[in-house]
Amino acid sequence: MPYVIHLLIMVSIYSILALSLNLVVGFTGLVFVAAAAFFGIGAYVTAIVMTSFGFNFFLACIVGALFSALIAFAIGAVLSKFRGDYYTLASVGFNIIIYSVFLNWQTVTRGPLGIPGIPRPSIFGLSFSDNFSFLILASLLVILVFLACRFIEQSSFGRVLRAIREDEKAVSVFGYEVLYFKLATFVVAAAFSAFAGSLYASYITFIDPSTFFVNESIFILAVVILGGLASNRGAVLGAAVLVLLPEALRFVGFPPDIAAQMRQVVYGLLLVILMMYRPQGLMGEYKL
Amino acid sequence: MPIIETKHLYKHFDGVRAVDHLSVAFEKGQITSVVGPNGSGKSTLVNLLTGMIPVDGGEIVVAGSVRFTKIKSHEVKDYGITRTFQDVRLFEQMPVLDNVLVVLTERGVFASLFEKHSPYHLEKAEEVLRRVGLWGKRHELALGLSYGQRKLLEIARVLATDADTILLDEPFAGLFPEMLKVVVDICKELKVKGKTLILIEHNMDLIRELSDHIYVLDAGKLLAEGKPQSVLARRDVIEAYLGE
Repeated sequence: MPYVIHLLIMVSIYSILALSLNLVVGFTGLVFVAAAAFFGIGAYVTAIVMTSFGFNFFLACIVGALFSALIAFAIGAVLSKFRGDYYTLASVGFNIIIYSVFLNWQTVTRGPLGIPGIPRPSIFGLSFSDNFSFLILASLLVILVFLACRFIEQSSFGRVLRAIREDEKAVSVFGYEVLYFKLATFVVAAAFSAFAGSLYASYITFIDPSTFFVNESIFILAVVILGGLASNRGAVLGAAVLVLLPEALRFVGFPPDIAAQMRQVVYGLLLVILMMYRPQGLMGEYKL
Repeated sequence: MPIIETKHLYKHFDGVRAVDHLSVAFEKGQITSVVGPNGSGKSTLVNLLTGMIPVDGGEIVVAGSVRFTKIKSHEVKDYGITRTFQDVRLFEQMPVLDNVLVVLTERGVFASLFEKHSPYHLEKAEEVLRRVGLWGKRHELALGLSYGQRKLLEIARVLATDADTILLDEPFAGLFPEMLKVVVDICKELKVKGKTLILIEHNMDLIRELSDHIYVLDAGKLLAEGKPQSVLARRDVIEAYLGE
């Protein structure tokens, strides 16, 4: 049972990451490969203000989200100069920069040593120190982010985002300042990703830079694409599938000496087959 | 009074003068056609007037008083200007209805976040989609429409904006006769309503039928202007257009 709870917590964290990234990739059409950067910013800010300044988790969460939003505002303005493949490459560059900051700004982040001893959340005498109560907290946060994303999706704002995804020059002729819409979406998505980082830091109680490299961003992007672009339910389903599938493959019964490699091969193969036969993802309608 | 004027408008691409110190005026409430052979600068002119590409020189004057040498595409709506595109540009992976609703709802970031389309927006969308015969396809994705239907959806989108000045870039190209009649009738109705139409078109019969005034461009320069019957009969115009 603790194993299942652990997996569900990880599904929750990746659901939040996928829901946030879906706003940028699925709804706005920007192939952003640096979700792990905002994930990391949230995690590091939370870890630092909790361990060094004694902040409560929930306050740390808000500080992390605000900090992440601020960085997103600055970076978003720069990234908006790029289009298509160049945008994607620039976002990878941004992820590498943030990773380098985590790794090298040792006086603040402790570099490769990471930050240990991050406390679990508690509020008004209510502690989330055991994994089951933490799962409830994580699930509540998933529901909040899900509802926020659905609110955005169903508003006129959401329709404009989809139009930007389809043809941003055409939509601008109808009076929309596209940059503001993209920037607003980017900032909101960064804040939501930071929530996931806060949860992660407090759950694992230790963070180091290796969790927030580009490969993590690619994984989060894979979750969004597999679940279905521009589908909030798809983002959650994608997180569940990609987090649980490698675990399920543990029970397949491969020969012990090649089990780990075989799991990776089957996992990769399943993704390739799925993308071949359902390129719009499990629950999406939109194709990149 | 001209609703839009250009004064020595200039645009070049890698040294090629696409629009070469062009001065033209589009009168309010009239249908003015811009014709010329391929590459004569017609679509470039429309793109300059709607901020799709930056102006290299000269100026654009709107309503006789607003002069600018730079305009951003999102600002043209504020001047009551809208357009269709030569290469039809729809929001492909969105339903037909959403393609229209998106031009009806709030433009501001925060205002649009707290708005869902109202019954008024839906009524307006229904009105324009019925006018072009696409109401029955309102739930289908735009990418599933035929070429003619895609052109009609662009026209519906333009009608929904209720703009005073409409630039139509080859609106009749590739349309079946029934669809052609719909678009021609819409152009006539818009003129009766006092709208200004700027028509980029190659169909000379329709240009003669609809236009109050025409400009003929050749290599980015103004070759001729005037009433369609007289201008289109000119030898130099025929030579430029047909290469005779």
